Amino acid sequence: MPRKKDIAVMDEVGIEVDGDMSDSDDGATPRRGNRRGGGGRGGAKGRGRGKKPASDDEDGEDEEDEEDEAPRGRRGGNRKRATKKRGGSDEDEEEDEAPKRKRGAAKKKKGKGQDSDEEEEEDSDAGRGRKGKKGGRKGKKDDEEEDDEDDGKGKKGKGKDKGKDKDEDDKKKKKKKDGSSSDSNSNDDDEEESMSEGEIARLREEVEEKKTLIANIRNKPWRMKRRLTHLKEAQAFVDKFEGALGKGKGKWARKWYAYKVMMTKKWIKFQRDFENFRTACIPWERKIKEVESHFGSSVASYFIFLRWMYGMNLVLFGFTFGLVVIPEVLMGLPYGSIPRKTVPRAEQETAQDYSVLMDFNGYCKYSVLFYGYYNDQRTIGLLKFRLPLAYLMVGIGTFGYSLMVVIRTMAKNADVGGGDGEEGEFTFAWKMFTSWDYLIGNAETADNKYASITTSFKESIVDEQENQKDENIHLRRFLRVLANFMIICSLGGSGYLIYFVVKRSQEFATRDDLSWYEKNEVEIIMSLLGLVCPPLFETIAELEDYHPRIALKWQLGRIFALFLGNLYTFLFALFDEVNTKLEEEQAIKNASIWAMKEYYANFSRLMNDSEATPPPMDPSDVIRGPCWETAVGIEFVKLTVSDIQVTYLTILIGDFARAVIVRFLNYCWCWDLEAVYPSYGEFDISGNVLGLVFNQGMIWMGAFYAPGLVLINVLRLLSSMYYQCWAVMCTNVPHERVFKASKSNNFYMGLLLLILFLSLLPVVYTIMTLPPSFDCGPFSGKAKMFDVIMETIDLDLPAFMGTLFSYAANPGLIIPAVLLMVLAIYYLNSVSEAYKNSNNELKKKMQMARDEEKNRRNNTDSTNQVMKDLEDLLPNRSLAPPPEEPEPEPEPEVKPTKTKPGKGVKLEMDVTLASANPNARGPGGRPPGPRGPGPGGPGGPGGPGAGPGRGRGRPPPR
Amino acid sequence: MLHGRYRELAPHLVPLDYTNNPDIRVPLTLIITMPELKENPFRDRIVETFSEDGHGNLTFNDFVDMFSVLCETSPRELKTIYAFKIYDFNRDNFICKEDLEKTLNKLTKGELTPEEVTLVCDKAIEEADLDGDNKLSFADFENMISKAPDFLR
Repeated sequence: MPRKKDIAVMDEVGIEVDGDMSDSDDGATPRRGNRRGGGGRGGAKGRGRGKKPASDDEDGEDEEDEEDEAPRGRRGGNRKRATKKRGGSDEDEEEDEAPKRKRGAAKKKKGKGQDSDEEEEEDSDAGRGRKGKKGGRKGKKDDEEEDDEDDGKGKKGKGKDKGKDKDEDDKKKKKKKDGSSSDSNSNDDDEEESMSEGEIARLREEVEEKKTLIANIRNKPWRMKRRLTHLKEAQAFVDKFEGALGKGKGKWARKWYAYKVMMTKKWIKFQRDFENFRTACIPWERKIKEVESHFGSSVASYFIFLRWMYGMNLVLFGFTFGLVVIPEVLMGLPYGSIPRKTVPRAEQETAQDYSVLMDFNGYCKYSVLFYGYYNDQRTIGLLKFRLPLAYLMVGIGTFGYSLMVVIRTMAKNADVGGGDGEEGEFTFAWKMFTSWDYLIGNAETADNKYASITTSFKESIVDEQENQKDENIHLRRFLRVLANFMIICSLGGSGYLIYFVVKRSQEFATRDDLSWYEKNEVEIIMSLLGLVCPPLFETIAELEDYHPRIALKWQLGRIFALFLGNLYTFLFALFDEVNTKLEEEQAIKNASIWAMKEYYANFSRLMNDSEATPPPMDPSDVIRGPCWETAVGIEFVKLTVSDIQVTYLTILIGDFARAVIVRFLNYCWCWDLEAVYPSYGEFDISGNVLGLVFNQGMIWMGAFYAPGLVLINVLRLLSSMYYQCWAVMCTNVPHERVFKASKSNNFYMGLLLLILFLSLLPVVYTIMTLPPSFDCGPFSGKAKMFDVIMETIDLDLPAFMGTLFSYAANPGLIIPAVLLMVLAIYYLNSVSEAYKNSNNELKKKMQMARDEEKNRRNNTDSTNQVMKDLEDLLPNRSLAPPPEEPEPEPEPEVKPTKTKPGKGVKLEMDVTLASANPNARGPGGRPPGPRGPGPGGPGGPGGPGAGPGRGRGRPPPR
Repeated sequence: MLHGRYRELAPHLVPLDYTNNPDIRVPLTLIITMPELKENPFRDRIVETFSEDGHGNLTFNDFVDMFSVLCETSPRELKTIYAFKIYDFNRDNFICKEDLEKTLNKLTKGELTPEEVTLVCDKAIEEADLDGDNKLSFADFENMISKAPDFLR
């Protein structure tokens, strides 16, 4: 049905143009004809108003008759309209439709003319061999009847007015008659009522069609002039009727409707602008694109990852500072008020020294940056902000949020990966035809684009070569096994080395007479391993001869395994330290309690006063424990900072200095530095990604003990974005084999998730099992950190909540819950398995369909209509606007296929022109006199000028 | 407004008052200096495609035509048709290997080696050619483009 409708629309167009053309034959240019037509219609509006209440009635009936064959009838109606337009030119034709016409009450000459004209139309229709012939004829019958009645009535009214301008009147009448119903200023309320439902419906449909035509006019590959003609026609029609159909009657309703339409347009435009704005708001998009254009998507994927990390850390930063640090600064006790917020007397001398501050001791240690500074007051400030609770919640929430975000991103990426699974099909063709960005207007950007297109082609070529490569599979397998064996050996060796060194360092810890090397043995071995192993792995990986993308993954995985050893050694060392601190703390705690007791005992003995006032001691003099949490926090901060320093220095020396030396010493060196030995550095994707991932692990572990760490990290990521972008652009060269990053960088995410999990473990362990320090931090004085939650439940929530929680914590409830979760996981897993199967099945089917299509196309020698369209558009062929190139011979052989409505129409139209013109020419000798001075003032600006004039109004916004 | 742009290109050629003299043509060399086309590797082809005489001289109507097709709201089908014409360098209504090679060289500024160019062209034809005649007809092109995610132009 929709297709049919389409056709109907097209027919309409063709015919209307047709009508215009024949009009124009009377001596005016087509444009003038149009114009006059328009004018006539316009002018007629006024006159036609009170004309035919009756005719509307009967029209309506006709409509109802037609309803069963709506599309055809409509077409017929249109045809009728067209004929009427043409009517004036063919008056002197014979009238063989007499019997029918008798029905009309008062016959006039014009009417005859019209009918005869219609006959012609019918003839030409037949000649055209239109596919909807039958329908057309049927429609025509209705049409004729309707026409007659119409005419009759119209004439009644018109006879009074102006017999002469009949044709225009007719034209107008058709359009006007319904429009008039909405011309509310006249006296035809009854007319409105008399308009039957069917008619309204029909009109609505017609208007809709015209609208679709207007909307689709851009779709037609026609030359502008042809388009303009059609557009004008359709628009005039819609203008006439839209108001009539307006969702209500009357001027205001129409205005309101127009307003609504306008607002919709504006809204759409606004949405588009907003979309652009949002794209423009993505930070560093340009920078990354620039890098991508030179270094390929693999390097860009690192920067995208970096950007993603920055976003996540910003949120963490928001949580930590919004809920913990800033409340503490604003509402907590000030510095120096209590011991934990004061630098101890012994350290005050050096507390402001640069070296001390750089180690995050001194004033740094006793600041909001670290755990120890926070007080254990249950609520602070006027708002009764529960800081300890907030602290714990933020600590846990950090992990919760990170887990959620990482997993969500992974899921989304997996979706993307599934979405473009089709990609293999047209890679090269797409690259070839769609890669140029037509919005580029800047020379520099264009250069980048060229570079990036070249790069992407190279990427695809590498992929392709990879696919074609299949030499000795056995040798390759053997080499791969060998390589993996070697790497496992070296990993095991380095693991043992680390273990050995750590053992030895524990031994050393009991002795005093240590050399510098023996003191720092662990660190030295670690960094040596980190330095030696990655290149070693890379060399071994050469054996495997993987595609660079896969090789990168292996490399990442191996270095990750190596670094894990690093990380866990660090953690174990830390735990040792914590344990010793805990013991120490226990001693100090006992001592201080003992001292306190002493003091109170003395105090009450001397003063005979059992009132216990706190000892008059300066907060900096109080004996205090080592506060292991702060110590851990400091460790992490130090590690992070040194990591930043090392990374930046490596870039500065390893890349920048190297590049400078290679570049400038090359003039006076004995071999070619750029080509042979040092050359320029490549961007080390695996190293950088792992650096980022491990850094993030440090942040996650340390953030609980040092809220300031999050701030440092945000700054680090921000600066490294700019710094690394700069470094990569000016010191590095693209990889020898540029390769495309896999679209979903889920591998990075997987590493991140693993690190997240690994860093979650120690933190949760400390929160759950280790006792917090007795004199520092928000949890001081409690047996366990999570006691703060219990406290809140007990004190702040209603009693039944407490009982509820105690039930929930019951093993009897937890075990079933866990069971349920396991079952759910199992279920979901099997469901996803099933989906995967069906997915594969579908893919297979699609492949088959494609093959089939190929075969089918091979067999049918389709006379492709669109191709003809194309030919038509080729320069030097039929470029002139339709009316100016009448093709004398009618082309009955043209058979538009149903499948290509657009094409069908166009051909049809050509034919219409061709056939109509000779017809029109016969009577064309008639002077245009009677119709000339249409009521609308047909004069106006001359013909040819009108085209461009209107054209100017219509061009698409650019 | 568009006419203003048109006139800007060749003030000495295009009259302000357009009523009497509709047969103005602005030559190719002037059209491609427009900022929109200046950097486009296919600028010559685009202009040629839209010009009536096939030599890149645009009348105002052609000019409007070009803008309407290139503007971002114009429909995909239309763009497809014109894109096909643009890429069809030798105007034989097929995109054949030579066309592809030209396209590729324009896109990459000739930075690929001849072997790579040949490889890419072969692959492209192999991918998109459904009827096995070693060149892309419009149907092939349309089919291929309709599946392309980022055919926006």
